[in-house]
Amino acid sequence: MYNKTITELAKDLRAKEYSSVELTQAYLDRIKKHQDLNCFITVAEDYALEQAKAADVQLASADAGLLTGIPIAQKDIFCTQGIKTTCGSKMLDNFTAPYNATVIEKFNSAGAVMLGKLNMDEFAMGSSNETSFYGAVQNPWSSNTVPGGSSGGSAAAVAARLSPAVTGTDTGGSIRQPASLCGITGLKPTYGRVSRFGMIAFASSLDQGGPMARSAEDAAILMQTMAGFDSKDSTSVDRAVPNYSAGLNNSLEGLKIGLPKEFFDEGLNSDIAAAVEAAVNEYKKLGAEVKEVSLPNMKLAIPAYYVIASAECSANLSRYDGVRFGYRCDDPADLNDLYIRSRGEAFGAEVKRRILMGTYALSAGYYDAYYIKAQKVRRLISEDFTKALSEVDVLMGPVSPTTAFGIGEKTNDPIEMYLADIYTIAINLAGLPAMSLPAGFVDSKPVGLQIIGNYFTEDRLLNIAHQFQQVTDWHQQTPKGFE
Amino acid sequence: MSLTADEVKKIAYLARLGIDETDIDAYASDLSNMLDLMTQMGETNTDTVQPMAHPMDQMQRLRPDVATESNQREHFQAIAPQVEAGLYLVPKVLD
Repeated sequence: MYNKTITELAKDLRAKEYSSVELTQAYLDRIKKHQDLNCFITVAEDYALEQAKAADVQLASADAGLLTGIPIAQKDIFCTQGIKTTCGSKMLDNFTAPYNATVIEKFNSAGAVMLGKLNMDEFAMGSSNETSFYGAVQNPWSSNTVPGGSSGGSAAAVAARLSPAVTGTDTGGSIRQPASLCGITGLKPTYGRVSRFGMIAFASSLDQGGPMARSAEDAAILMQTMAGFDSKDSTSVDRAVPNYSAGLNNSLEGLKIGLPKEFFDEGLNSDIAAAVEAAVNEYKKLGAEVKEVSLPNMKLAIPAYYVIASAECSANLSRYDGVRFGYRCDDPADLNDLYIRSRGEAFGAEVKRRILMGTYALSAGYYDAYYIKAQKVRRLISEDFTKALSEVDVLMGPVSPTTAFGIGEKTNDPIEMYLADIYTIAINLAGLPAMSLPAGFVDSKPVGLQIIGNYFTEDRLLNIAHQFQQVTDWHQQTPKGFE
Repeated sequence: MSLTADEVKKIAYLARLGIDETDIDAYASDLSNMLDLMTQMGETNTDTVQPMAHPMDQMQRLRPDVATESNQREHFQAIAPQVEAGLYLVPKVLD
């Protein structure tokens, strides 16, 4: 059952091949069996079985939906009432949220079963899952390599078949890069498409939640539940949600693909470039036309991103003050000591680096030179995409310049780690939707293809990904030992 | 562009962020490298470009000025480190 699609599982539940309780228990057992991967921060065994029991009742009553009784798991950035939410940080090791994130509410309403909360880089700051207070996650394809990050536990859990599908969040590549490194399918939606309410904030103008699954078909099912306007999120976009599964089988005849030449420069591993080119050739066979386009300001994406993301993070993380919730130091001498030590003792090194960077960039005398400059560069980058996407339907390129790297390999050099997101970051600055889907292997490690679309074209992206998955089987490959 | 240890200490204080004395030089070096990366933006002229705060330049949504939340003080204070009589406790601020 671990290799079945969500649609197949839903069919089996209705045919009474097994109950949701049995399905949930099977996944819980499998999570326990593979706990060395460290995918989960919290396994919500009792909670999941309760939900499964309720789902079985609903399944018997005929008003069940496609996700009723289907086990999923949530990135530990989404607040869950009654189940600990840590965001991968010591700061929130004792935190149980007093309310549910909108995404959690939506999955609960859909009847999905939550297996637990997935490991992640601390406050989603990282590209390898190594900044987590709860330790590194192993990539199921090669246990001494990272799964990517920040949604590393999410990607590894899907690759190892510990959950049929999961959620992730993407601020600079945190859904797409781990999806690429673990050989799964991930969708970063348009900014504003999925509610950020109850999704712990890192960089509010960039953060966006989305689905991670084995296939575009399954990702479409999750996306259907996640998307939609939310009055509790001030940047949520009030716009009708299309049926994401309806157009999956549309023909790609005449699809115009743009290949940004900046994505294929000298920084890209030549074997990865070859895998991406092979994928583009598959699309040509499906009727697509391909042309070169240019994003001339791409090289400024990393500097602009690290100013904007750090600035917003320093503002967002000021809420962790040891007063209202989260970690509080012992015996504070005075109020300043309470703030300084609570934050100093509970934040990890990467989070501190970003808070320091952001505080500096926002401080008097530097605000215009860094923050405003970065916001201006952001517009230039966004306009590059607008121009390119006026010439073609979608852009394609690599997700990550390398395959999964070794655990510990890049932890001593923050800049080196930041470059892992060189092909994903610009998309967040522009707020566009993008996907990562399995497109081959280099040295037995997965390679992802990135597809970038115009605003609110998630349905088209899923269609384009699904058609690729009808003629290739990269997404069906399973890591050894997890068949 | 490089930051001194004293500048790092000053920024850390602004952020009310405790950092170990032994880590200050490493932070100074890391932040200096990050700033070097960021100065690359200076090579591009942006004099006539409007800063972009929201990907779709969306305006902040307004709503009628009516209370929509109920009082959940006890519920929210249940997770606070120290509370007394409905108030969050902090060390004495005034002598």
